[in-house]
Amino acid sequence: MTKLYINGIEVEIEQGASLLEAAQQLGIEIPTLCFHPGLSAYGACRLCVVELGDGRLVSACTYPAQEGLRVRTHSPRVRRARRMLIELLLSICPSSKRLQDLAAEHQVERVRFAVRDERCILCGLCVRMCAEQMMAHAIGFVNRGYRRRITTPFDLRSDACRRCGGCLYICPVCEVRCQGVGAPSAVCGSCTPPAPTCPPVYEDLACYMGATGECGTCVRGPRTPDSHSPTVAGRREKV
Amino acid sequence: MKIRTLEQLMALEQELCAARDRKPCVRVCGGTGCRARGSEDVLARFQTQLREVGWAEAVDLKFTGCHGLCERGPLVSLTSPEVFYQGVEADDVPAIVAETLVRGVVIERLLAHDPMTGQRVRREQELPFYRRQQRVVLRFNGVIDPTDIREYIALGGYRTLGVVLTRLTPEEVIEIIERSGLRGRGGAGFPTGKKWRLARAAPGARKYVICNGDEGDPGAFMDRSVLEGNPHSVIEGMIIGAYAVGATRGIIYVREEYPLAVRTLQIALAQAREYGFLGEAIFDSAFSFDLEIVRGAGAFVAGEETALIAAVEGRVSEPRQRPPYPVQRGVWGYPTVINNVETWANIPIILERGPEWFARLGTATSKGTKIFSLVGKVANTGLVEIPMGMTLRDLVEEIGGGALPPREIKAVQIGGPSGGCLPKALFDLPIDYESLTEAGAMMGSGGLIVMDDRTCMVDVARYFMDFLRDESCGKCLPCREGTHRMYELLTAMCEGRATDADLELLEELAQVVKETSLCGLGQTAPNPVLTTLRYFRSEYEAHIRQKRCPAGVCKALIRYVINAERCTGCVACVQPCPQQAISGQLKQPHLIDPERCIKCGICHEVCQFGAVEIV
Repeated sequence: MTKLYINGIEVEIEQGASLLEAAQQLGIEIPTLCFHPGLSAYGACRLCVVELGDGRLVSACTYPAQEGLRVRTHSPRVRRARRMLIELLLSICPSSKRLQDLAAEHQVERVRFAVRDERCILCGLCVRMCAEQMMAHAIGFVNRGYRRRITTPFDLRSDACRRCGGCLYICPVCEVRCQGVGAPSAVCGSCTPPAPTCPPVYEDLACYMGATGECGTCVRGPRTPDSHSPTVAGRREKV
Repeated sequence: MKIRTLEQLMALEQELCAARDRKPCVRVCGGTGCRARGSEDVLARFQTQLREVGWAEAVDLKFTGCHGLCERGPLVSLTSPEVFYQGVEADDVPAIVAETLVRGVVIERLLAHDPMTGQRVRREQELPFYRRQQRVVLRFNGVIDPTDIREYIALGGYRTLGVVLTRLTPEEVIEIIERSGLRGRGGAGFPTGKKWRLARAAPGARKYVICNGDEGDPGAFMDRSVLEGNPHSVIEGMIIGAYAVGATRGIIYVREEYPLAVRTLQIALAQAREYGFLGEAIFDSAFSFDLEIVRGAGAFVAGEETALIAAVEGRVSEPRQRPPYPVQRGVWGYPTVINNVETWANIPIILERGPEWFARLGTATSKGTKIFSLVGKVANTGLVEIPMGMTLRDLVEEIGGGALPPREIKAVQIGGPSGGCLPKALFDLPIDYESLTEAGAMMGSGGLIVMDDRTCMVDVARYFMDFLRDESCGKCLPCREGTHRMYELLTAMCEGRATDADLELLEELAQVVKETSLCGLGQTAPNPVLTTLRYFRSEYEAHIRQKRCPAGVCKALIRYVINAERCTGCVACVQPCPQQAISGQLKQPHLIDPERCIKCGICHEVCQFGAVEIV
């Protein structure tokens, strides 16, 4: 067990745990974006920065708890840094509900940068979801720096992608990204809530992404009761 | 030939050393700068010319590493008579052979000038450029042929390794390095002995040592010159380090962009294996060690140690959180010591001459010497090695020879893109880790760019931000988006579109990027902005409030006009103008059409009378 102090409160946590887990144990809320308990910690969005005793700001999700460490989760420096990070995030994804909520919570009231609507904050959740939970490794990062983006190898639709929709499920910002059937992007082109449409028709396919539209079920929407093919009632129609 | 004992090595050393002194020696600089200026042709000409006069066997002709004074290359130095020629062309070679080598007559026109006295000088040491330097790591650069291990052995090379392996315990080696006060030369300045001690104590089935040769700063060529000029000093240092920490494998990580360094290293490694300095049971001890080269494919961020580990393992070079530090969990999860090229090259000489000797060089906290690549608007560009604690003024004005008249030096950018711009007012600052960090810059790996009064500091900050937004790996938000946004703000300033609020935002953003970024690249990326804001704020304000670029660099804010009183109507500027924007007749003042002018500045350069003015 490791003993440390968060905001002056003593906490004991098992060896190897992160500062974020230690804070959670105390019920202290630290905002996160690129962190998901089912995936490996990545430390990319930096929203979870906390201040250490020596004045450094480190990401709580990746920093290991160490004996005697003193951590401040909401110091003025931390809050100022978080506000700037949220402002940067909003400037690239202004229409994300999740980011707007974060902005409201942290009193970020304006975006002073020129807005570019990119609908991706490169948090890498989808890449880790695809690799770690779906074992597919179908998508990844390409390029570096300001040219970095997420795609499949060579921007081609990948055989490794099973159209599971895990990437869309986990994405914190692209709720409005739906590009519909035949989307130009090689990464799952749409943002439909991933509830399967096809199993009632083809049990072995689960083709509610990518190959959509081939059988037509999902595209045509609910059938009339006298139709020979069964459908799922109450489905959102998408064309 | 395998060397098994120290006695065997000493015998070989004496034999080689004696053979070496018998012949006059001609050393042609084979550093990258001199090669670019044609030193390979000079070498070839020497070979044919010496054959012609029948002296091919009598003269020891060597193609060495960088001599240092790259500005005046190709450089050739002779031992008998002792003379140093600069700016040698292939056509000068017959004269050098016939006059200097055969008859012992010095060719005046090829000698270097002492800028202080205006006299021509015969020896390197008589030039202030060399006189003020203290060449410790570079002591054999320009002296030995890097492709021949016997040259290194003749000067005492690998003797230290033999002594270490046969007479010292690993703990003693670590203690010596700790006592010497050596700190990492890659930039951060972590004490090397402490790093080794941590690695030795770290549990692991095997351990690695790595040489970080991913030198990527614009204008920097220190590590490259050491690897190209004296690869065995790095290899010997690594073997000693491996023995001290208990490593069995080593990796030299070199940039793919340094083909000459890679080739020199390949030759050196093969020769070191042949002589038994690498491999099983080195010097008949129980210690076995081998090295391999990993070539990095062009990412600046791979110089960050955790990103370097990722690159070595075959992954994309992206940094990760430290701790765990590489000495705890490095390559493939094993404890790993990563040191810079220059740090490794310091190891053999510290053990040879003792930690007390080393600790006497430099200042209280920064020991030894530091290599800098001196570039930019300075008279003597080149590779220099100085004792720590020398002032910036001595380095720039005495060794560097000051600005090129009529310009004046305004600032230096020290420490690469992550370093800072220090103004002339701070030139009395001693060069050591603490002073530079306090001033907002950093030692970095040793890039030093000199800027004159025709350099716009806002434009400089913008240049470095453009470099960094491209070289950021893009993993963490503040570095990826922050550098890009800073670049946008700086561009707006350079184009006269910015407001006071933008300046405030830039400062605020720079601070957050510095504080919250994941790795060293992001944490130091705002330094060019923060230091220029600190020391050259008035230039920012001129760009924003008066829409004026004081240095006359930012194209959107300047105009070229012809001063009718000065213009003699010589039409020299009319023809070179790519836009045909200059009109005028012979002996009549000319006129620039601002609609057509693209502000390329050619007219300004060609005008002999200073009539083209920047307003």
